[in-house]
Amino acid sequence: MISPRYFREIPQRYRLEANRCKKCRMIYFPPRQYCGGCKSKEFETIKLSDTGKLLTFTVIRIAPSNFSKETPYAVGVVELNDGVKLTTQITDTDPDKLEIGQKIKLVFRKIQDEGKSGLHCYGYKAIVI
Amino acid sequence: MREVAVIGAGMTKFGELWSKSIKDIFVEAAIKAIENAGVDHIDSMYVGSMSGGLFVGQEHLGAVMADYLGVNPIPATRVESACASGGVSFRQAYFEVASGQSDIVLAGGVEKMTDGADVTDILATAADQEYEVYQGITFPGLYAMIANAHMHQYKTTREQLAAVAVKNHRNGSKNPNAQFRSEISADTVLNSTLVADPLRLLDCSPVSDGGAAVVLCAMDIAKKFTDSPIRIKASVQASDTIALHSRRSLTTLDAVVRAAEKAYIQSNLKPSDIDFAEVHDCFTIAEIVVSEDLGFFEKGCGGVSVQEGLTSLESGRIPINTSGGLKSKGHPVGATGIAQIIELYEQLQGRAGSRQVKNAHIGMAQNMGGSGASCVIHILEAI
Amino acid sequence: MIGIVGFGSYLPRYRVKVESISKEWGTDPEAIKRGLLLYEKTVPGLDEDTITISVQAARFALQRAGINPAEIGAVYIGSESHPYAVKPSGTVVIDALGIGPDVHVASYEFACKAGTEAMFVAYGLVKADEVKYALAIGADTSQGAPGDALEYSASAGGSAFIMGKEKVAAELLYTHSYTSDTPDFWRREGEFYPRHAGRFTGEPAYFRHIVNAGKSLLEKSHMSPKDFKYAVFHMPNGKFPQQAAKQLGFTKEQMETGWIVPWMGNTYSGSSPTGLSAILDVAKPGDKIFMVSFGSGAGSDGFIFRVTEEIEKIQNKAPKVRDMLNNNKIYLDYGEYAKFRRKIILNE
Repeated sequence: MISPRYFREIPQRYRLEANRCKKCRMIYFPPRQYCGGCKSKEFETIKLSDTGKLLTFTVIRIAPSNFSKETPYAVGVVELNDGVKLTTQITDTDPDKLEIGQKIKLVFRKIQDEGKSGLHCYGYKAIVI
Repeated sequence: MREVAVIGAGMTKFGELWSKSIKDIFVEAAIKAIENAGVDHIDSMYVGSMSGGLFVGQEHLGAVMADYLGVNPIPATRVESACASGGVSFRQAYFEVASGQSDIVLAGGVEKMTDGADVTDILATAADQEYEVYQGITFPGLYAMIANAHMHQYKTTREQLAAVAVKNHRNGSKNPNAQFRSEISADTVLNSTLVADPLRLLDCSPVSDGGAAVVLCAMDIAKKFTDSPIRIKASVQASDTIALHSRRSLTTLDAVVRAAEKAYIQSNLKPSDIDFAEVHDCFTIAEIVVSEDLGFFEKGCGGVSVQEGLTSLESGRIPINTSGGLKSKGHPVGATGIAQIIELYEQLQGRAGSRQVKNAHIGMAQNMGGSGASCVIHILEAI
Repeated sequence: MIGIVGFGSYLPRYRVKVESISKEWGTDPEAIKRGLLLYEKTVPGLDEDTITISVQAARFALQRAGINPAEIGAVYIGSESHPYAVKPSGTVVIDALGIGPDVHVASYEFACKAGTEAMFVAYGLVKADEVKYALAIGADTSQGAPGDALEYSASAGGSAFIMGKEKVAAELLYTHSYTSDTPDFWRREGEFYPRHAGRFTGEPAYFRHIVNAGKSLLEKSHMSPKDFKYAVFHMPNGKFPQQAAKQLGFTKEQMETGWIVPWMGNTYSGSSPTGLSAILDVAKPGDKIFMVSFGSGAGSDGFIFRVTEEIEKIQNKAPKVRDMLNNNKIYLDYGEYAKFRRKIILNE
């Protein structure tokens, strides 16, 4: 997660900043430059809701190299109250007790470390509420 | 645009090919295809490969393969669409012949995955790096989420997922080029190691090396080379959002649905006209969902259908993955789309041996990339 | 009037009991519990650190204060477990909360009193009219060396306080700091675990600094212990703060509300600040609070607060310390605890 790539995504990962097409009100997360729906380039910045529900999930048991010591962990697709969907880990939970439809809230957590001496990378995870 | 035919095919065995480099593998498959076609030259070539750069540090594969195949100075292009790289290689070759630009074009695909690179990390580059992979998801994880949603909504069961693996291994045991040539039982699948709940090791296609190539030719000169040219009746491609979470539905692959609709219109056919199909079973759930989204079964009934044998080689209404599929044949990513075309080609020529589907006249190949963000479909017909 | 306009705390859900640690090292858990007056402690999740704890505590403080984050002119985080040795925790916190970029940020370190240092400086800046609001956070995910006495108590958690001049809920009346070079506990650059000087950490360090700071505070304010509804001191274990209270003339009743260490452990820079937060959760207008922190090395920061009518408007706007302490706990065994605390040597 080299510095410029990480730094660019901070408004989205730390503050859930999205943009909304001024014409058709479609919300894009992360923000887009062009609204495919109504072909407009006029947007306003908004902050997403931090609560929603769990649409689907899985428990990762064989993980990518930089998450290998965290298995088993749950990852899911959540739908926030404003209709936006995103992929996120579900933390502070027993993965075997998760159910589709549970209410969740997004919290600020550390997502990964860039090895022993690289950056700490932060972002959002879901907790069941 | 003029009609195009497939007139030759060749592939390597799929598996762990320790003594063969990416160049060795592609060239072996290409030479087989060219000899099988009986042509004395090719006008152009395409190389489908997901990531020569990340797997073996080699990009510019068009130039590399043209050199090692000895066909300089023809145009040679590497194309990529993650796991659909082979399918788009075939499609680009089709356009070049159909447009009249070239008469004889080689469409190949290759992947060398066992030289020590981290396969999980590399395959993950087919997903959204910043919003899916960053969070710790894997490819099995993405399809596992589709599986959970499908099981929740349509009551698809783990046993139905296992039935896909069992069927494909049974077919693969009859394929001399398959990576895994032994049958497996449902119990073995159901008890294999969990990878991402509910998917287990044997729900997942393997890591493989392999190459495959076909020769396309303008239909009006095809008979010079073969008595049984196979007509390309439809070539279609569609895209969908890169991230699974952005899709309209978690249980329907819209790119597959859209591409299939266009394919049926282009070929003036219905799903029931398709005699057999090669579909992209990167994971068992993928075959179930795709079989619905191609219109073979009602939405939600893909699991029951495979369980009841409707897609079996022996007695199915529509045999699916007679080659063994990605699951048993292997999945060298860039080669897969071409290997699907090769299975269609051999079936339609009546040369599939113990895998032969009776009265095979029309076959469909469905190849997709990532978690369904790209999909390429071809319909081929025996004439 | 200058003081706290918003406050918030965050404790992770994970816990490990004295029994689990005792079993590992062959000690007598009952003797430990009696000696330390401590039963279990908080453990940070694998995805939690001083920065994530600070963000959550500060979010709750902002909820209570009801102010626009962009109005905060300074953010100070005190910890002995900042995630980076060089790169302040505060920069991540401000971007997470929408504070700045026109803001001053600094990291503080002074063993367990880094949090109250941040509070002292934040208060000073507001008093000097340098900024409208200043955010001070004390948070830690402190490490206890395996098999060491401190392993039973070193825990994780943090609290945040927004200092300002409008709608003050707890007015800061007096401060006093008392510092000297007393080497009772330290950690060298590059070392993973701290070291301490055993019994020397008691009388010459903890008690000397707390009692002296406390006495000066009482003199300055012309108050005596009976003027206070609540008292809270740095809590390295259950016993020390009770003894300090006695030495200064405070009663068990005054100590009770802020005495959360038996179930929280020692959250180091979050210790007395979280005790203060637990008090503010239930305090009534007019109540006076006496607080003295302690940081090894060594020093103490003392504060006298007077609660105002504003407190009742904000108490229920965020989770309370006792609720976080008592509910939704996830207990770990020693192996899970060691993994979470990264005490296991990996092949990296």
